Amino acid sequence: MKKAVWLAGAMALALAQPATAADSIKIGFVSTFSGPTAVIGNDMRNSFELALDHLGRKIDGKPVEVIYEDDQQKPDIGKQKTEKLVQSDKVDFIVGYIWSNVLLASLKTAVDSKTFLISANAGPSQLAGELCSPYVFSTSWQNDQTPAAMGLYMNQKGVKSVFLIGPNYAAGKDMLAGVKSTFKGQVVGEEYTVWPSQLDFSAELTKARNSGAASIFVFYPGAAGVQFLNQYAQAGIKQQIPLYTAFTVDELSLPLQKDNAIGIPGAQEWVNDLPNAENKKFVEDYRKKYPGLRPTYYGAQAYDAAQLINSAVVAVKGDLTKKDAMKAAMEKADFKSLRGPFKYGNNHIPIQNFYLQDVVKDPDGQLSLKTVATIVKDDQDKFHDKCPMK
Amino acid sequence: MYLVVEQLLNGLQFGLLLFLLAAGLTLVFGIMDFVNLAHGSLYMMGAYFAATFAAWTGSFVLGSVMALGATLLLGIALEYVALRHLYGRDHLDQVLATFGLILFFNDAVRLIWGPAGLALPLPAWLTVPVQIIPGIYYPAYRLAIIAVALAVAALLYIVVMRTRVGMLIRAGASNREMIGALGINIKLLFTLVFGLGAALAGLAGLMQAPILTVQIGMGENILILAFVIIVIGGIGSIRGAFLAAIFVGMIDTLGRAFLPDLLRKVLSGAAASTAAPALSSMLIYLLMAIVLVVRPEGLFPAAKR
Repeated sequence: MKKAVWLAGAMALALAQPATAADSIKIGFVSTFSGPTAVIGNDMRNSFELALDHLGRKIDGKPVEVIYEDDQQKPDIGKQKTEKLVQSDKVDFIVGYIWSNVLLASLKTAVDSKTFLISANAGPSQLAGELCSPYVFSTSWQNDQTPAAMGLYMNQKGVKSVFLIGPNYAAGKDMLAGVKSTFKGQVVGEEYTVWPSQLDFSAELTKARNSGAASIFVFYPGAAGVQFLNQYAQAGIKQQIPLYTAFTVDELSLPLQKDNAIGIPGAQEWVNDLPNAENKKFVEDYRKKYPGLRPTYYGAQAYDAAQLINSAVVAVKGDLTKKDAMKAAMEKADFKSLRGPFKYGNNHIPIQNFYLQDVVKDPDGQLSLKTVATIVKDDQDKFHDKCPMK
Repeated sequence: MYLVVEQLLNGLQFGLLLFLLAAGLTLVFGIMDFVNLAHGSLYMMGAYFAATFAAWTGSFVLGSVMALGATLLLGIALEYVALRHLYGRDHLDQVLATFGLILFFNDAVRLIWGPAGLALPLPAWLTVPVQIIPGIYYPAYRLAIIAVALAVAALLYIVVMRTRVGMLIRAGASNREMIGALGINIKLLFTLVFGLGAALAGLAGLMQAPILTVQIGMGENILILAFVIIVIGGIGSIRGAFLAAIFVGMIDTLGRAFLPDLLRKVLSGAAASTAAPALSSMLIYLLMAIVLVVRPEGLFPAAKR
């Protein structure tokens, strides 16, 4: 009997543990950590960890616990992991999401539980419009914005016509729609490829060449971008038809794309050489902490997500039950973003600048990305009217 | 017109590449009655070896030849160390064990080469487009794939149909126990066949590498297609694998090339753009389903026991 009482006491103590642990800030991080696109997830994790280092591993004096979960680039797995983080880990914030289709599948779980979700990359049009939520913020962009900026640049260059190629999933459709929304020339053709399994684009490239288009636009994130540029160059189309891109050339794909990427412009809201003090420190410290690696926009966005969380927790002095006050604090975007200051729209999507980036050779002979010009200032996505939040 | 010719070449190139992968698979499955899910891993290893050796030697061709030898040795070692203990076992056991091998190879590659993947750059003479007939340019490297794969197919045909080893292989495909009873060293034959299959998979991997990227798990998607091909062609039949591979390559490429335009005639633009890629990737499986219903033994089955 005595033993049973002792046991019950021990069990009660064990059960009480999580309550005492509530003094830490718990963050769930959903990204891709296995498979061919794991390099992207790693870059986001590296940058998020660096942000926590810069915060002294503490937010508002409390220790931070981050639970990393691998979505395997699959919507169903992403949803399961989100459910696990919300329901059994009871995290205070969920961060991450590379892929729009994974985010769309996971969104409802987070929103229904009133857990703050910060998308550090994916920006499906639905999220900016009808599915916008007080509990969801973005530190990236809405998908259409970046290609729309590219469309503006193509107008500046006087491009007469374009052939569009992209993957057949939520983001691919947004991206091609984004170019079409600003490009004033003629859209000669539009091809979607099976995502993520199709890696050979010979049929699409052949069509693009035979269409007589004056330019090609593609959106191929991750390894697919390497494959597309390889095949574009091998087919000799690089000498015939100029290529314009969004999210196809970045610091992860450049070491594999090599010279194939030279002369291929891209649009981006963050480039590693943006001249603000925080960004310089981020890039320097990243390269110091992770030798041989270079940060990408994915990482910069994850870094900003940590800063955004910090700003919200500090504003409520660590009382995480004050959700309205935290939301109000985050809406101010009151932190030093690596891309420079930005404002949030009513739908919690940044209103921000987009830059033209180009591939150049470093002094040490390595290829890197460089800001060439500002394409558009304070750009707001075109879906914010559809968001019921005011 | 030019468009059609070019797309036919694309289909042929893809089909021939698939043949290299499917040939090894069908030999191993047909002759040894062994289900090898790790065949895709050998394809991946071929690509990694080639990228590594090409970087060492500075020569794409030399690196490829060395990679071919390395994959052959790896295949033989794999058969000797692990797989020969599974021949008598149930197919399900083999699937389980070789699935384990996929995980093993993926993680081994992650440890040795890192998660980021490698690039296998082509020499300059292979990166230029070639004018095959006036007005039609085709990537030199894809032409090279077509040439190499056709040569390998011819070589395989000669080896299997005209040599003593080939006779044993065919005999093994028809009746394993009998050729064992006739005093043939079946163990050696199996090791040889498995090594050959591995080398073919490695060749497919290293030839595909410059077009795609060398990355972890690159063999998994394409392995599914290889299985579809051996089911359509008939298990154990090289001829069946060859014809089915070209069939599948053509259907996949031509479907992607022309289906969207056809669909746009009946559907709205947006619906057609979304439905076409899904539908064209389904066509292959549809074909497999039809073959399974009409001729479950495949279109060109090996002579039966």
